Amino acid sequence: MEHYISILTKAIFIENILLAYFLGMCSFLAISKKVDTSIGLGFAVIFVLTITAPANWAIHNFLLKEGALSWINADFGIDGNNVIDLSFLNSIIFIAVIAAMVQLVEMTLDKFAPKLYISLGIFLPLIAVNCAILGGSMFLVERNYTFVESTVYGFGSGIGFFLAIASMAAIRHRIRYSNVPPQLRGVGITMLLTGLVSMAFMAFSGIDL
Amino acid sequence: MDFLDKKSKVALTDPLMKNNPISLQVLGICSALAVTVQLNTAVVMTLAVVAVLSVSNTVISLLRTMIPGKVRIIVQLSVIATLVILTDQILQAYMYDISKQLSVFVALIITNCIVMGRAEAFAMQNTPGKSFLDGLGNGLGYGGILISVAFFRELLGNGSIYGYTVIPESLYAAGYQNMGIMVLSPGAFIILGLIVWVHRIASGVEED
Repeated sequence: MEHYISILTKAIFIENILLAYFLGMCSFLAISKKVDTSIGLGFAVIFVLTITAPANWAIHNFLLKEGALSWINADFGIDGNNVIDLSFLNSIIFIAVIAAMVQLVEMTLDKFAPKLYISLGIFLPLIAVNCAILGGSMFLVERNYTFVESTVYGFGSGIGFFLAIASMAAIRHRIRYSNVPPQLRGVGITMLLTGLVSMAFMAFSGIDL
Repeated sequence: MDFLDKKSKVALTDPLMKNNPISLQVLGICSALAVTVQLNTAVVMTLAVVAVLSVSNTVISLLRTMIPGKVRIIVQLSVIATLVILTDQILQAYMYDISKQLSVFVALIITNCIVMGRAEAFAMQNTPGKSFLDGLGNGLGYGGILISVAFFRELLGNGSIYGYTVIPESLYAAGYQNMGIMVLSPGAFIILGLIVWVHRIASGVEED
């Protein structure tokens, strides 16, 4: 149990997917103008990451990994010495799975939780091309996580993204009335502020779990 | 550059300064900043993005009359993903050390908004030649920013340029220290913020 808590804390604070790995910056910069839309996007990201991380884990481990197809080899008349390695297909399959999952989540929400569906609006389909989601799946392959570990990692990364975007939206809301130099407005000041928030998150990196 | 007509020239040179993908269009910041700790990874990443972007623009432009409007996103995505996988495999074969350092970030070019953005906004409406130049220009404009961020981060953070130490020993003896924060992620955000600021002052763009 402790091990999973450590992965969760690491994904949320210490190795925050946005502030330490710069993933999901595009939507972060575009959406963080308003607090309520950023909270909507944050929830959508938590949701989709928690579902796609274990799904992609399963696909990688049962289909694509080197030697993963050994359970099916005999049916195709391939002998055991012939190891098939499809891991170069990882990224293209992952992006397809993510797009399919987003579509599935969208349909399920529309049917069973229409209120949540309406409040997420356009952000749900856009998540398919959010680098944070694909990045999360790629990282769990690179770090050799187990099934439960990758679920926890996906959930933690989602919360990390949520925290970062919600706090940035709040900060941007506050600076609306400050006198920022005209050319620095928009992206410039947001990047500088993100740098400061990221510096604050660095404070967690000393903690050893 | 006499062999290019005016529109092609605009397609190539506009994204370098006047309509830079990062500082003015604000596309493609994801998955790029993480490779700017050192110049050599930034240069390799730039080459990868330029290659993917110019080839994907050309291919999508060649296919533009054949792609049905409803499924165009998925067609574009599969063209891009195929090219990215090819680039990744080439890097692993010939530059193994650097591809290890770039880790997942080469694969993440797939979701880099700039590749999709150019395919959708330019390649779907223009001829292959122009689209190639547009891809080349945008890739280089993007790489220019990436390399300048990496230049400052490596210089201030490690006191070196492209792996060669440039800050003299005497300066360290006099009490100069490398800025540790530049190597960490906040350094990238701050440097990029400042570069965007300078670039916008130079080109006179304001956002409200």
